[in-house]
Amino acid sequence: MEILVCIKQVPGSNKVEVDPVTGVLKRNGADSKMNPYDLYALECGMKLKEQYGGRVSVITMGPPPAAVVIKEAFAMGADEGALLSDRAFGGADVLATSYTLAQGIKKMGKFDVIICGLQTTDGDTAQVGPEVSEALDIPCVCNVAKIDKVEDNNIFVDMEMANEFEQLKVQFPCLITVKKDINQPRLPSYKLKKATEKKEIAVYGLKDMEDQDKKHYGLSGSATQVQRIFPPVSDKEQETWEGSGQELTDKLFDKLKQLKFIS
Amino acid sequence: MGKLIVHQDKVTDIAAMVALCPFKALEDNNGKLEINAGCKLCKLCVKKGQPGAMEFVEEEAGPQVDKSLWKGITVYVDHVEGDIHPVTLELLGKARELADKIGHPVQALFLGSGIGDKAHELLHYGVDKVYVVDTPELMDFKIESYTAAFEAYINKVKPSAILVGATSVGRQLAPRIAARFKTGLTADCTILDMHDNTDLVQIRPAFGGNIMAEILTTNTRPQLATVRYKVMNAPERSEEAKGEVVPLEVPADKLKARMEVLGIIKKEKKKTIESAEVLVVAGRGLKKPEDIAMVRQLAEALGGDVACTRPLVETGWMEAAHQIGLSGRTVRPKLIITCGVSGAIQFVAGMNNSEQVVAINSDPEAPIFKVANYALVGDIYEIIPQLIEKIKQGGALA
Ligand SMILES: Cc1cc2nc3c(=O)[nH]c(=O)nc-3n(C[C@H](O)[C@H](O)[C@H](O)COP(=O)(O)OP(=O)(O)OC[C@H]3O[C@@H](n4cnc5c(N)ncnc54)[C@H](O)[C@@H]3O)c2cc1C
Ligand SMILES: Nc1ncnc2c1ncn2[C@@H]1O[C@H](COP(=O)(O)O)[C@@H](O)[C@H]1O
Repeated sequence: MEILVCIKQVPGSNKVEVDPVTGVLKRNGADSKMNPYDLYALECGMKLKEQYGGRVSVITMGPPPAAVVIKEAFAMGADEGALLSDRAFGGADVLATSYTLAQGIKKMGKFDVIICGLQTTDGDTAQVGPEVSEALDIPCVCNVAKIDKVEDNNIFVDMEMANEFEQLKVQFPCLITVKKDINQPRLPSYKLKKATEKKEIAVYGLKDMEDQDKKHYGLSGSATQVQRIFPPVSDKEQETWEGSGQELTDKLFDKLKQLKFIS
Repeated sequence: MGKLIVHQDKVTDIAAMVALCPFKALEDNNGKLEINAGCKLCKLCVKKGQPGAMEFVEEEAGPQVDKSLWKGITVYVDHVEGDIHPVTLELLGKARELADKIGHPVQALFLGSGIGDKAHELLHYGVDKVYVVDTPELMDFKIESYTAAFEAYINKVKPSAILVGATSVGRQLAPRIAARFKTGLTADCTILDMHDNTDLVQIRPAFGGNIMAEILTTNTRPQLATVRYKVMNAPERSEEAKGEVVPLEVPADKLKARMEVLGIIKKEKKKTIESAEVLVVAGRGLKKPEDIAMVRQLAEALGGDVACTRPLVETGWMEAAHQIGLSGRTVRPKLIITCGVSGAIQFVAGMNNSEQVVAINSDPEAPIFKVANYALVGDIYEIIPQLIEKIKQGGALA
């Protein structure tokens, strides 16, 4: 069984602030890590391989340093890895990202199951998975809470919905996005890390793609444009109250009444 | 569309430029400033960088979409077996507001099986036309079938913008549609507005909510946006039904899917802290396990639920299902009262979208006060029992 997992490098922390005076984004902590949601996707891939045989490949799109998440995936047991990196891929929105990933996936080979994390902690859209599936014209199931089995080129999964789980039988090739309670991701193994230290990572740019029309990638291929970024304006009241226990109680009581939490 | 160009001769301080970019897209390559694939074209470096160092050049404009051919704001009707999800009504309210700004109609798209009679209810919420595809093929949600029906609708009606609830269905259907039409989709918008040229102004939090981004889909149609439940306000139901229900036929062979629904398992309805509108949170300010009763009483008096911080789970005072935070649950109740909670970042991450935050803590420096709307510097053992008493009496009077 050929399994592919889409992984992404994200900032180590989300603590970014906008300087209120200059409007400049302040980045705290320059460290990066693998998108935590993708660890569950990778673990699903590893489990499928252990049960049904085959290989787990990983793919990521990002700047050259993003290759470290592929190394991390190797240390967790992934067999192959490709990095999609090119100036032309920069500034991509969900549409262009998914298209680029789909092109990269075609370049890598044929896969039975493609697994994505539910969402990223930086993009935070949960849209890349389903858009990749559309670009590849394969069926897709999001919010997978359980993988039941694989049989005769079908995967059996439970998709979580608001009030129920839908049990689905999906034909290969297909794409699924998995929830984070689906498993407990393994830790990278030191032995594997050592063994795969020099393992090659394929790097693909625009020139390696089947479609080399620049207009379909990066900013040019993006349908959405960020007009501006700004700090959230809090319309919340913020008050500090001090005083005796009695005074504070009375004040809180009146406020709760005013806010209609007590009648 | 366009691209950034570096004018090396105008770069006076490479390190400063590198530090300026929030996306780490500027690099020092042996004394040359270079842009890498991380660039999001936020153009911050053009605006805030050394004068003239970075230039944004517009690319020759490709074919422009004729926006006048796309008319209407469509709301996708989210439902479970015909029971309409309330986010749909919220979106209809917003759609009306947006449509009125540009003189467009409001449409609703209702896909499912055996839903025909439910469509009329929507006519009480300010919609001009409710398009209904009612066929057994759409019995359960299968992404390919639903996308095909949606595609047929878009090709027929050509709406300018489509609003979709960010539900389990909406979150997978909207991207599939967006990719099919090679158009833009903005997830989890918190503010929507409309430009005169029919460009939908989409504002959403980025980077975990610390920063807002304003996003436009300038050259493709339809424009898609998802919005979470309880973000917009639902309009009042009008007595009178206005507008019409329009059945839409989609040939069955177009609705085929490469998947099969084998069964449906109903979730057991557990009361979770995520669904509570009022939460009272116990923190380590509580001295002994018996004192949780006090917190529980307050929660009950307010018709809410009890939650806690992680140390209380670790000591076994409360169950893990009640823990808020990074390693617990994320909650956004209408009211949250934290009692003896310091406000560690891991805790705050799970509750900072709550509507009203009341914090009671004896330490005036407690970090929880930074996220509190009402910061009560005081002793929980004085305030909570008195408050419970007052609510009980007040309740009796009312
Ligand atoms: C990886 C990681 C994940 C974590 N995940 C979570 C998580 O999901 N959820 C979580 O909650 N924590 C989490 N934590 C732990 C977190 O860092 C804090 O330790 C925890 O939230 C503190 O809980 P607390 O506020 O109840 O206790 P404390 O920090 O001990 O605060 C008690 C507060 O009570 C006040 N107080 C004391 N007596 C009174 C009184 N009589 N009246 C009024 N105020 C009083 C004190 O001034 C103090 O501010 C995590 C930590 C790590 C490292
Ligand atoms: N640049 C990328 N490279 C590889 N996979 C990605 C990338 N961006 C998103 N993904 C995949 O798509 C999922 C959803 O991402 P998002 O839509 O950004 O929330 C992630 O969990 C990844 O599996």
